[in-house]
Amino acid sequence: MGPMTRRLMALESRGGWGVFVAVAVVLGVVVPVLNLAVPPSSPFHVPDFLVALLGKYLCLALLALALDLLWGFAGALSLGHGAFFALGGYCMGMYLMRQIGERGVYGHPVLPDFMVFLNWSELPWYWYGFDSFAFAMAMVVLVPGLLALVFGWLAFRSRISGVYFSIITQAMTFALLLAFFRNEMGFGGNNGLTDFKTILGFDIQSQGTRVGLYLATAVFLGLGYLLCRFVVSSKLGRVLVAIRDAESRVRFLGYSVTQAKVFVFVLSAMLAGIAGALYVPQVGIINPGEFSPANSIEVAVWVAVGGRGTLAGPILGAVAVNGAESYFTGFAPDFWLFFLGGLFVVVTLFLPQGLLGLLRQMRGRLPTRLAPRRSRRRRHA
Amino acid sequence: MPEAVITRPGPEAPAAPPAAPPSRYPAGTETLLYLDGVTVSFDGFKALNGLSFVVQAGELRTIIGPNGAGKTTMMDVVTGKTRPDEGRVVFDGDIDLTRLDEAAIANLGIGRKFQKPTVFEKLSVWDNLDLALKDRRDVFHTLFARLSGEQRDRIEEILGIVGLADRRNDPAGDLSHGQKQWLEIGMLLGQDPQILLLDEPVAGMTDTETGKTSELILDIARRHTVIVVEHDMAFVRDLGARTTVLHEGSVLAEGTVEAVQNDARVIEVYLGR
Repeated sequence: MGPMTRRLMALESRGGWGVFVAVAVVLGVVVPVLNLAVPPSSPFHVPDFLVALLGKYLCLALLALALDLLWGFAGALSLGHGAFFALGGYCMGMYLMRQIGERGVYGHPVLPDFMVFLNWSELPWYWYGFDSFAFAMAMVVLVPGLLALVFGWLAFRSRISGVYFSIITQAMTFALLLAFFRNEMGFGGNNGLTDFKTILGFDIQSQGTRVGLYLATAVFLGLGYLLCRFVVSSKLGRVLVAIRDAESRVRFLGYSVTQAKVFVFVLSAMLAGIAGALYVPQVGIINPGEFSPANSIEVAVWVAVGGRGTLAGPILGAVAVNGAESYFTGFAPDFWLFFLGGLFVVVTLFLPQGLLGLLRQMRGRLPTRLAPRRSRRRRHA
Repeated sequence: MPEAVITRPGPEAPAAPPAAPPSRYPAGTETLLYLDGVTVSFDGFKALNGLSFVVQAGELRTIIGPNGAGKTTMMDVVTGKTRPDEGRVVFDGDIDLTRLDEAAIANLGIGRKFQKPTVFEKLSVWDNLDLALKDRRDVFHTLFARLSGEQRDRIEEILGIVGLADRRNDPAGDLSHGQKQWLEIGMLLGQDPQILLLDEPVAGMTDTETGKTSELILDIARRHTVIVVEHDMAFVRDLGARTTVLHEGSVLAEGTVEAVQNDARVIEVYLGR
């Protein structure tokens, strides 16, 4: 094995890899096969709606993972991560809008319906290029990444941290919400972007495409997880934990706290952007509501519920909380927010390590601390 | 107490009473740190008031003074935490530290141990030393960094020096107060700075721990320039180094421990008027 292979193998313990592979097989093989290859009459059939729901949850799990990298390890709680998710989503939405072409209500070959409706005669410059899938996908990571770079550099350079950082990130997503509501911005205003037809030539409504999107989400979630694991198990990961616990001390060791924080903020924003881009074709719409401050706060709740600073926990948290939401809104929609609030209080008070901590305790392993490397940590002989 | 302990490895410092800073030292010794008229005010209160003194390369220097004399503020100014209103801090000949931030100053080779031990509690003792170890500090290097055999040996060596070899895998938060102080000194050694600033290294230590610490510091001072800020006079006598007395933000007296202890002004300041 080369040093890189060894480094990759060391990302997880033997047990960790076991869980990773098991989850990957269930999500990546079992679910699609049971959906596509098993007839609906069979009790083993996974219904289409469940695949769609799972695909959505996995996008949100990727968003929660992105936030955990920043909050759980560098200690910076962004309450504006929904903005990066939405920006990634808009980039994908713009590509999907350009794919509609003459199939729109007004049948204009270039302009999306809402622009024709607003009596615009030509495409705004910032819509150029989005007819290319490659360009749009580059924008999915570059736009959130660039915003995070500028915003993070200004904030972290001025040593804005803790609750102040949380507040200005809320302000950021709120400002974007207001901006995207305006029709003049050229992103469809209040209605956003919707009525998508095809992605890469495939019918977006067909079950084959939907399973494909679901699979792509599962793959990106897996890759995102391993990437985050790579970061937190590196020396940089230890620097981040050190920053989280004693920021000024890190400066006196000669590390640039600004540089390290900007790096994870940008990486985290890019992951959030990818999550948004995967989300939009699966739900069929992106509108300014995705920028709403409450959305971003909810992401922090998933992370806390799943287990902050664990990477796997937030994935679990996002799926569990959203699963519970889907279930609850089915029979008692009025109580969902009370339940969510109550859950947050209970987890904060009794489960400092979230659901993942609870699972570990039940398995008899009592983690004593929050650290990037857990029980599998290399002992220094 | 032999004067030879005071200025190492340079020639012996003269026992003459303090004169103007630059001329006080014989030719041939190199000035490493020079505070020149440093003034810091907090809401009108002058924490430092035209503070000037010089530390030679290789010297061990203790700095004492009553509460509020400006000892910690002086360290804050040298390490970039506080910017002075007036004055310069010149390091290694021509670098004005007042223009640099903490990380840049640390990378020039100025290490600091805080009054309250600040180690990274969630990280193991080994990882604390690993982070402190002299190496490139940029993000991309740290993302892909692996410890070389040489670096491992160095960490092992430091673990031995500070007596924490058997605690290497424990979270630093589990260490006793004294052990945290030693770990922090070990981290400074790992940084391999040109100059170490130690802020009350024996605060809160038992007598045995204090004794061990003074041995440790004397050992370190053989290869580094060390400035120790201290309250504990017994410890200062143990170190037996050239001592600067601060009072109300400027230098009150400077000389051997015996000289400053017998200085009438120093006695007055310490015992009260």
